[in-house]
Amino acid sequence: MTLPPQIDLAHDVGKRTHHFHGGLRLRHNKKVSCQDPVERPPLPELLVVPLLQHAGDVAEPLVRIGDRVLKGQQIGHCQPCAAIHAPVSGSVEAIEERPMSHPSGQAGPCVVIRPDGMEQWAKLKPLGDWLNAGSDCLIEQIQNCGIAGLGGAVFPTHAKTRDGRDRNTHTLILNGVECEPYISCDEMLMREQPGKIILGARILRRALGAEKVVIAIEDQMGAVQKALTGSTEFADSKNISVVKVPTIYPEGGERQLIQVLTGLEVPAGGRPSDIGLVCQNVATAAAVAEAVAEGKPLIERYVTVTGNGIERPRNFLALFGTPISHLVDCCGGYTSDVARLVVGGPMMGYPLESDSAPVVKASNCVLALTRQDIAAPQAEMPCIRCGECARVCPAMLLPQQLHLQIRNGLWKTAQEYGLSACIECGCCDFVCPSHIPLVDWFRFGKGEVRRLALESEATELARKRFEDREARLLKIKQERAEKMTRRKQLLKDKAMQQDRIRASIQRAENKGRTITRESPGGKPDDA
Amino acid sequence: MTRSFQVGGAPHMPPQTTVAKVMLQVLLALAPGVLAYTWFFGPGILVQIILSTGFAVLFEFLMLRSRGRPLKPFINDYSAVVTAVLFALCIPPLAPWWISCTGMLFAIVFAKHLYGGLGQNVFNPAMVAYVVVLISFPQAMTNWLPPLALAEHGLGMSDSLITILTGQVPVEGGWDAVTQATPLDTLKTGVDTGRMVPEIRNSPIFGDYGGKGWEWIANWFALGGFFLLYRRVISWQVPLAVIGSVLLLSLPFWLADPDSNPFPLQHVFSGAIVLAAFFIATDPVSGCVSDRGRLVFGAGVGIITLVIRRWGGYPDGVAFAVLLMNMAAPLIDRYTRPRMYGE
Amino acid sequence: MLISILIISGLGIAFGLGLGWAAQRFRVDSDPVVEKIDALLPQTQCGQCGYPGCRPYAEAISREEADINQCPPGGDAGIRALADLLGREPKPLNPENGEETPKTVVLIDESRCIGCTLCIQACPVDAIVGAAKLMHTVILSECTGCNLCLPPCPVDCIDIVEAEPKPPRWHRPRPQTGLDRLLVQ
Repeated sequence: MTLPPQIDLAHDVGKRTHHFHGGLRLRHNKKVSCQDPVERPPLPELLVVPLLQHAGDVAEPLVRIGDRVLKGQQIGHCQPCAAIHAPVSGSVEAIEERPMSHPSGQAGPCVVIRPDGMEQWAKLKPLGDWLNAGSDCLIEQIQNCGIAGLGGAVFPTHAKTRDGRDRNTHTLILNGVECEPYISCDEMLMREQPGKIILGARILRRALGAEKVVIAIEDQMGAVQKALTGSTEFADSKNISVVKVPTIYPEGGERQLIQVLTGLEVPAGGRPSDIGLVCQNVATAAAVAEAVAEGKPLIERYVTVTGNGIERPRNFLALFGTPISHLVDCCGGYTSDVARLVVGGPMMGYPLESDSAPVVKASNCVLALTRQDIAAPQAEMPCIRCGECARVCPAMLLPQQLHLQIRNGLWKTAQEYGLSACIECGCCDFVCPSHIPLVDWFRFGKGEVRRLALESEATELARKRFEDREARLLKIKQERAEKMTRRKQLLKDKAMQQDRIRASIQRAENKGRTITRESPGGKPDDA
Repeated sequence: MTRSFQVGGAPHMPPQTTVAKVMLQVLLALAPGVLAYTWFFGPGILVQIILSTGFAVLFEFLMLRSRGRPLKPFINDYSAVVTAVLFALCIPPLAPWWISCTGMLFAIVFAKHLYGGLGQNVFNPAMVAYVVVLISFPQAMTNWLPPLALAEHGLGMSDSLITILTGQVPVEGGWDAVTQATPLDTLKTGVDTGRMVPEIRNSPIFGDYGGKGWEWIANWFALGGFFLLYRRVISWQVPLAVIGSVLLLSLPFWLADPDSNPFPLQHVFSGAIVLAAFFIATDPVSGCVSDRGRLVFGAGVGIITLVIRRWGGYPDGVAFAVLLMNMAAPLIDRYTRPRMYGE
Repeated sequence: MLISILIISGLGIAFGLGLGWAAQRFRVDSDPVVEKIDALLPQTQCGQCGYPGCRPYAEAISREEADINQCPPGGDAGIRALADLLGREPKPLNPENGEETPKTVVLIDESRCIGCTLCIQACPVDAIVGAAKLMHTVILSECTGCNLCLPPCPVDCIDIVEAEPKPPRWHRPRPQTGLDRLLVQ
């Protein structure tokens, strides 16, 4: 697919909205959590800060048990990933394995901090004159403040920004399209702090070297549009526009949003920066604004606590490490028929085994579902090949074929049919009359493909090492055999033997030792 | 105070549609056509439907038991009922009971369960049943009825029951007195003996487009088909391709020689084209997966049906066409894989 | 009558000779099936199958001397892949050769190692680094879990540990399908 020249694209982004394939219209269920203004909950007794809150490797702890930490002090280091900071001032009680709100449900290393209630900040280093700061300077500040994508993928923002800048990005898209039902944290953020978002957009644009910014919101977010366009920062800035897009799930997916705003598709296996675009969540932009203008590292985020299983759903500005049970208590607790606790939305969220798990950078929503919400009207049946899944797939895949291939272990065919392009949105799952857990199958399939690739690499290495070793041993054997035959040849040659004996006698005499002719080697004149 | 929870996979909002709901909608869509059938040809069809359904469910029960499968979701999914009703609509309304028994045996046991059960059959079970019965019992399968309006001896419910259950017609003159060739049959024998199509069509068993009565039944099936399209149970590609290919292929023949070829719309409203277009060729399990594939599949059904009608040995070739295209469906799927995002 | 018998017999003999000559003339030197079989084996080189390494086992399978169900590290998946390749029936793993266990690696307890190099000589993939009277250590990324180094060690300082991936390289389990649940009832 040939791409249009970048100049045209920069002018056309957001001019009119296009469509993406498939998708579903879902009920929002967001109003109930948007009634109250966002507040900070009271400090919990302990904060459990995981050292893995981003896409990448586990961070190394920079503190030890018993250390006193200040609010905003860096406690985890990982190059090239996002840094981890202490959300409160207090003392480090433990550094141990605890549940860390990871999709796997596995525990990981966490820094457990007991707050002292004084909320004493570490020394902050804002970039006052960011308007004249270089891109590298801005990117470094973003990295030091631990900013990662707050839309859910938690990709380190500095890496994304650097990659976008190096590939000549012309437009920054701010993703305010919160397409999953129940989640309203981004909406509240846009209503309450539009100025920060705009400031963050300008900073990111400068760091990227881009021309314009497009803020995308859903077409039912009327109040949000007013808040954004009515803010003073908006009035003061150039080349920033707010565009409404149709409310179809999963509009908020990066690839789908780009398709709707530009009509173009991100090349398969590629990134948005391939076509000169970078997409960031609005909360990430707000965090960037705080990091650059105030020097504040990323230690808290807006979290929606909602669902039919919560007494009084609302949004919080929660510190990382806050146990989810604490947030739920601040909402009036659970209802009597609560059955499942999910981090994220009802379509893509992952379940938690216990609510002692902490709020992390990726926790945009805590959803408590009742038995009625999750009760399935039918047991799983075989696939009847109705094709509804393909009709709603935003990535234009054939979920029924992928499912059969994964079930039967046809990994190569599954890759050819685009398994890695699946965004795990759950649309196919939702329309399946046979109630097949398609997303679970695809996640398993992707994991297996990755595992098999790693295994086959290891197998190849093992085979090569084995063959090298066999070759080496064979070579040693051959050399030894050759040496033997040469030795035997020498022994047979009588003349050579005489010379050699004479030479060794000479050597011995030179060393001052005498030997007789009756040497153990035998007389060469005897046959 | 912390609390623990049971985990489960995403999405956490289970789908509201079920296989049973899909099948019930298909049955609902067939209802207008069945009513029209009863109106034009008498209550025999209702007896056939009840018999076929009974045999189908019985064989399904026996097969599930012998395969060690649980009864609960499978018996209730109505897929066997849909197969039974479609089969009953294809056989003569007075066919003896052992026709539907044999048919359902082959449909449920051979064409469905021996291939793996729900969702695994390669061939359309109703069509397999019909073809088996057609080839094995050709005599019993030619005893079609004329419309009630034209019949000398219209058979009521009790007479139909007796005929179906005993195989003997309780009317003076036996089978010959009550049966008549179908419109398509008449057309075929007429053309083979050299008569002109317009002349053949003057016979009272022909209506404006297809056979008298048959064309109205086709209309009502089409109505049901549009209901299914609206409810997104089927997609538009197959019906469009079947009917479109029939029209497009028969048009040049009719233009070239209107005396030996029927008008295109007459093809559409005769025989089982409309039923096939909306209900038989749209069977998702034995059809194609992608949109383009479905167009090819439907076109194939239409073309092969016309070929059999014109040059083949049978008056209507829909069942054979569907089975042949079922065979080709995996190959069509391989070559019509749709483009993915970003490709 | 006699003529036809003679002609048919003559043709049969002629074609038979022709095929025999062709088999000699167009013979392929190395049997490619062995390569394909070897590609399916896990390359642990442990010898549990009864052969000194994966390649000898592959050769034995191709000569139909060995059965396809003798490899525990390959497990059920490996047996099925071999069955698929060779057109044979898959069968359960032969318990005489061992059981399928999760992937393991070995670790040398450095406080007990005496530097005897016996394990280094035993390792089929040279995954142990060391020299005489110097500390030995296992290169974990290259250890195949064959456990051939354990018997030679005179001080029993080698331990077997499980090699389980932790996040972020964690993988999802195979979904327990509804049908499996139904059938288990």
